[in-house]
Formats: sequence, structure tokens, C-alpha cells
Amino acid sequence: MSMIFGVPLAVLSGQLLIGVINGAFYALLSLGLAVIFGLLKIINFAHGAMYMLGAMVTVIMFDVMGVNYWVALFMAPLLVGAVGVLIEYFLLRRIAGQDHIYSLLLTFGIALLMQGVLTNIYGVSGMRYSMPDLFKGGINLGFMFLPYYRAWVIGIALVVCFGTWFMIEKTKLGAYLRAGTEDAQLMQGFGINVPLLISLTYGFGVALAAFAGVLAAPIYSVTPVMGSHILITVFAVVVIGGMGSIGGAIITGILMGVVEGLTKTFYPPASSAVIFLVMVVVLMFRPAGLFGKEA
Amino acid sequence: MTMMKKLLTSAVASAMMATGAQAAISNDTVKIGYLADMSGTYRDLAGPNGLKAMEMAIADFGGEVNGAKIEVVSADDRNSADVASSTVRRWVENENVDLVAGLVASSVSIAVSDILEENDRLGIVSGSAASSITNEHCTPNHIHYVYDTYPLANGTASAVVKEGGKTWFILTADYAFGHALEGDVTRVVEANGGEIIGTLRHPFPTPDFSSFILQAQASGADVVALANAGADTTNAINTASEFGLTQSGQTLAALLLFLNDVKALGVEAAQGIQLTTGWYWDMNDETRAWSDRFMEETGARPTMIHAGVYSSTMQYLKAVEATGSDDAQTVRKQMMNTPINDMFTKNGVIREDGRMVHDMYLAEVKTPAESKNEWDLYKILRTIPAEEAYRPLSESKCPLVNK
Repeated sequence: MSMIFGVPLAVLSGQLLIGVINGAFYALLSLGLAVIFGLLKIINFAHGAMYMLGAMVTVIMFDVMGVNYWVALFMAPLLVGAVGVLIEYFLLRRIAGQDHIYSLLLTFGIALLMQGVLTNIYGVSGMRYSMPDLFKGGINLGFMFLPYYRAWVIGIALVVCFGTWFMIEKTKLGAYLRAGTEDAQLMQGFGINVPLLISLTYGFGVALAAFAGVLAAPIYSVTPVMGSHILITVFAVVVIGGMGSIGGAIITGILMGVVEGLTKTFYPPASSAVIFLVMVVVLMFRPAGLFGKEA
Repeated sequence: MTMMKKLLTSAVASAMMATGAQAAISNDTVKIGYLADMSGTYRDLAGPNGLKAMEMAIADFGGEVNGAKIEVVSADDRNSADVASSTVRRWVENENVDLVAGLVASSVSIAVSDILEENDRLGIVSGSAASSITNEHCTPNHIHYVYDTYPLANGTASAVVKEGGKTWFILTADYAFGHALEGDVTRVVEANGGEIIGTLRHPFPTPDFSSFILQAQASGADVVALANAGADTTNAINTASEFGLTQSGQTLAALLLFLNDVKALGVEAAQGIQLTTGWYWDMNDETRAWSDRFMEETGARPTMIHAGVYSSTMQYLKAVEATGSDDAQTVRKQMMNTPINDMFTKNGVIREDGRMVHDMYLAEVKTPAESKNEWDLYKILRTIPAEEAYRPLSESKCPLVNK
């Protein structure tokens, strides 16, 4: 068998594929963060909590009402998105235009509150969520066993990521959005309801996080603290990609999944740090990030 | 002359203080500090319900000891040795806490025991796993009660090797506890004629195990052992089942699993997993009766840690009652001289290194057909006698042990 740095090629191919799968999660999450920061200039520290909420809502809806995976795939983001709209309307709006640190602290506080309350009710051992029957099992690719569900995660995540990018960068609605955040007064002069647009954007951003949460429910331990670990990593991904760059967030997300996957093969203890290492290097040479525009 | 007088008075005064400390309860209060992870990864195995177990013990004891009242304070250590150290320093230096109990993360227990030794107060470790707590880190001021990594390796690893799992691949949580467990497992596997063909140290915590499971599969080892705990273990088990690890003929051995972990996994995913435990709620009438009371209080079945906190608090209070003192050395000596016979264990003994040695159990997770309700999770396969389970004193590195 051919070897690369002492690792069989077959193992390496498997690790690359796993990297892309994890990257799909990073892409979905950093995309939501990038949308919220790019359009509203809010540093959303509640993003991890929204991801957690998406997963928790999926499990709770199933336990209480028997709502299945496919319905949850729409319902959970919708519900969490609605929570996001309420947060924007009642809280974030009041500090619009203030220094970034205010939105950071507010959203961080919201995240801690949600995490604390849910921990008190559900504990931290993790809640069970069965894989939908359709996805049970997997396919042997020769170099690895690929569970069907992981394949589905790559597919659907890419579709959603591309759809979001297309909507914001290529459609009229996206143009309104971008213009509204650039010069709100002028847009309102044209008869566009900018405050509504902003609420919906925040709602949409956190709905993306919730969507990632639903995708995560069948494969990761669903606990109230699941979002706090991933949040910092995802922030690093957004910084590497360039704060606010939509396309950059998607590409960097997948790229970082692969980088992390390779580190897990060659030197596992460093795998939780490697993304931050990349961040340091990128900031040294391109302070605006890989895909950001220099200010 | 005045000099002489001063010296004499202080000598008399200190002599009186010394006898006073031995023969009386300081401040007429026995004050217990409960320190544990109350909100993080290790919350459910000890946490707030452990505090409940302690309060149950105090209530069962009658709420006071020899006329002195029993007071409880508690704090969240957030699994941080720093947070734990500053809390315990405040407790023993300013708030007259006599006993610190709970103690979950091994790093926390090691840091806290040093402070207790400095101030000569007592600590009872119920939650931690590292066997080094009563080995190279032993002090005359703490007791390690429920279990440690030595019997975990002895119980589970030796059973799996004897069933034919000769080549091992170990996934280790990359911190003190994981390293201790990896070391103990390696020793047991090799002593039984097995071989470690690979180890992989993963960051703590790791949310996604797919990459590591893939490497474990590629290793071709008979046994994939998990030297980690809590969410890391449940995540790894779930991922292993998703990637068909056991279907391809490999055995999965989880070295530290708590009841709450198994409940979170569910019997469907966890069935057949063998594990070592210090106690199980459904072993006999005594354990069941206590567990029913615990469940009424908390809504959950107790883990071995919860039962250990109840039992050790009871032992401590009995020792205070018998000696009429809350002095750390007096009480510890009394506890060492009293075999433990209660709902937690029979003939448990606290050794001079602080290790409470008692029978351990090799258990297997029931199948969905065998499990009658959501807490009906284990069947006990074998009792591991105390002397076989724990590190013998002859191998101890603890300076308190006279060899």
C-alpha cells in the first residue's frame, strides 16, 4: 500500500473525507456568524447556544410530540429563528450603533443564561436521539466505511451554504439587505422596511446555526453545553475567512475541517489548537482574513 | 522573669489548645464543604445530586453530632484546580470548614489535598479516578473513597483480555486522568499476555470522534479501549457504532462509564459493554431501598459517586461522634479503625495511604430485551474482591506506608 509520511493512503483518504464532513458543520455555523456580522455588525456570541438550541429542540420535540427528523429539519430552525427575531427586536436593537463590545457582552450573557437554565432542567449527560431509519448503515468505499448519514450531512450542508450565498450576493432581496445595512436612512427613503429586514437577518443567521444543530443531533451528544465548545472554533474560522465575507466563511469552514482532520491523523494532541495556529499565521500576513477586503 | 512568665503562659495556653482540639468539636459546629463540578461535563455523576446525598446522610444522622450542629456549604469548582484551591483556602482559613467532600476532577482533588494538609483539615474524595491520589499524591489528610483507575483497569481490561482480546488500541483523554488510566491498562493487558499496538491521545474534550475511530479501525486491533470519561466516552461509543466498529469484529472496551452515561447512551447503543463499578443501585434490598429514597429526592437513580458521598459522610459523622472531636487526624484515625458496613459496601477498610478498599464489580450493560425500565441497566457478572481490585500496599509509592 502506498504511504504518505508513514500513513497509508487509504487511511489518509478517509481522514480527508471526515475532514470535509466536519468542515461542513463549521461552514454552516460560520456562515450564520458571517451573515450576522457582515450585515448587522453584531458579534453574535449566542451562536453556539443557538446551535445547541436547534439540537435540543429537535430532541425535545421528538420526545414530547413524536416529531420526526424531517419535520424537525424545518421546525427547529424556524422556532430558533423566531427566538432570534425576538432577541433582536427586544434587546439587540436597543444597543444598535454602539461599540461592538456591547453586542458581544449581551449575546454572551444570553448564551450563558440559556445554557444554565437548560443544564438545570436536563443535566449534561446528553440526550438520546435515534438516527432516522433511512440513514441507518453505510457504504464501504474501499478505503473507509462511510455512514449514509455523514454523506447526507455533506450534501445538505453544501446546498444550504450555496443557497445562502446565492441569495445574499445574487438576488434582489440580498441587494436590499446589503444596501440597508450600508445606508439605512436612504433605503428607508426608498420605502424599504429596514428594521424588519434587520430582525429577519438576525433570525435567519441563528436559524442556520439551529439547522446545523438538527444535523448534529443524531451523531453528537446533545447537551446544553455542546455549543460552548464549538463556538470559539467557529469564530476562529470566521476570522481566518475574513469577518463578514459570506463566501469566505463557507470555503474556510470546509478548509479548516480538512486541516483539523489531517492534524488528527499526524499529531492528534494538536488537533484542538491547529485552527488557532492557522488564525495567528493568517492574521500576521493578511489581517483582514483570507477573503476579507482590506479596510 | 517576665520573659519566663510569658513563655510559661504561652506553653500552657498552647497545651490547652492542643488538647482542646483533640477532645472537642471546634466552634461547636461540624462544618462540611461540598466541592464538585456543579454545571459542567461532570455535573451529572456527582454535582447537585451529590450534595443532596450528603444532606440525606446528615438528616439520617439526626442533624447534629454530640450536641454540635452540622453545617454544609457548597461550591462549584468548574473543574478548575485554581477555582477549587481558592475556594478551599477560604473555607479552611476563614470559615472553619472541617471536612471537604465531593471532589470530582482528579486535578482538583490533588490541588485541594495539598491545602488540606497545610491546614490540617480532612478531605474525602468521592468523584476522582486517578489512582495517583493515594499513591504519589497521598497525604495524611485525605481519603479516596469510591474507586480509582487501578480497579477500572484490573476489572474491565483483564476480563476483556481473558475473553481473547489480545491486541489493544487505546484512545486516551490527553490529561492527568487519561494518562493514569492508560498506564494502569497497559500494565494489566501486558501482565495477562496481551499487547498494546497503538495509543492515541485526543484533546479533552473532543466533540467529534470519527477521525479517531477510523484510525482505531485501521489499526486492526482486537480491542479498542476508551481511556476517557463523560461526554468523550459517550461520543466515542456513538461514533463507533455509527462507523460499524463492532460489526467488523473489533471489541469496544469503555474503561470508565457511569450510570448516567449508560442511561444517556441507552441500552440499544450500549448493550453488551463491560464496565467496572464500585456500586450499583439494583444489587440488593439495602441498595434498592436507599436508591428509592434518593430517587424521591432527586428524580434520578444514584451513581456510585452519590452512594459514596452518602456513605462517607455517614462514616465521618460516626467517627466525630465516637471521638467527640472534629480534629482531622483524630477523625481519620477513627475512620481507619472502623470497617465500613452499610448500603455502599461490606467490610470496606480505609488503609494508611488513605485508599478505601472494598469489593468492586464487573458489570455488563443489559440488552433492550433484558432491561425492564430506563434505569435497569447493568447485570453484575463478577465481584472483584477488595484485595484483588486495588493496588497492593507493597507496590505503593506513598511515604505514609510502612513497608
